[in-house]
Amino acid sequence: MKVKVDTSGLRESTWRQYLVRFAFGGMVTAMAGIIAKRFGPGIGGLFLAFPAILPASATLLEKHEKEKKERAGQQGAGRGRQVAGVDAIGASMGAIGLALFAIIVWLRLPKSGTGIVLAGATAAWFIASVTICKIRDQPRIWSRRKHFQTSKHSISTQSHKSANERGDDE
Amino acid sequence: MRSFATARRVRAFTEVDVKESLLRVVIGGVIVSAFALLGDLLKPKSFAGLFGAAPSVALATLVLTAAKDGKAYASTEAKSMILGALAFFVYSCVVGRLLIRRRLPVLPVASAAMVLWFACAFCLWFAVVR
Repeated sequence: MKVKVDTSGLRESTWRQYLVRFAFGGMVTAMAGIIAKRFGPGIGGLFLAFPAILPASATLLEKHEKEKKERAGQQGAGRGRQVAGVDAIGASMGAIGLALFAIIVWLRLPKSGTGIVLAGATAAWFIASVTICKIRDQPRIWSRRKHFQTSKHSISTQSHKSANERGDDE
Repeated sequence: MRSFATARRVRAFTEVDVKESLLRVVIGGVIVSAFALLGDLLKPKSFAGLFGAAPSVALATLVLTAAKDGKAYASTEAKSMILGALAFFVYSCVVGRLLIRRRLPVLPVASAAMVLWFACAFCLWFAVVR
């Protein structure tokens, strides 16, 4: 997997879309604080991992892909959904890193400085998420899985064929 | 006289609350936007998707909470956050699969699946922490 920086995504987004993300993020952060005050840190803490930005990001991504395909004169709805789905799967790998972030903060914060702990936990989130992403994209693992699926498919096709042949014979 | 003092105390408390909430909105909005911008810049999308689960809300909240309520309070929040992150994992896996395999519309799926996040997070909290 080659990671690239592509600035075309920035040009496609409008100020309104950035404003929506800012508002969503701000609202969830404020809500997490209010809930923690009202119901205690136990319940409030759950909302620190609330999927605030994912629905907005996925919708924007779908819109961009759809527009891109339609500009090229093709149907873009299916492609938009696929890309939004891949984005959500990427977020699931980030969520595992997020759990590691929380574990580090939970264990280290009472003993060390806030800045150091948060910086270290963010670095751990990034490294863990990228590692999981790389492992998932390992061609060897995928080719094995594909091979397994293909062989399973061929086996089932063969058995289906032979069943048909048997039926014909009977 | 007594009711006047109570009203003053309530007003002071509300002012502090509003100020703190506004500060959270600004800091949270800036950090969430920064991570979203990073996600926009990077390709492939499976990698950029990682930034959809960035600890942006957590960073904004924990900095303010540790400064105001102390490290022990922030650490308790982080303990619960582990369960929230597991619920996030379930949520994003389900949303991703529904979009890729079932080809369902994005916004209704991503919004309706929030119920799943709430269910997972609160069930885990009741089972593990409470």
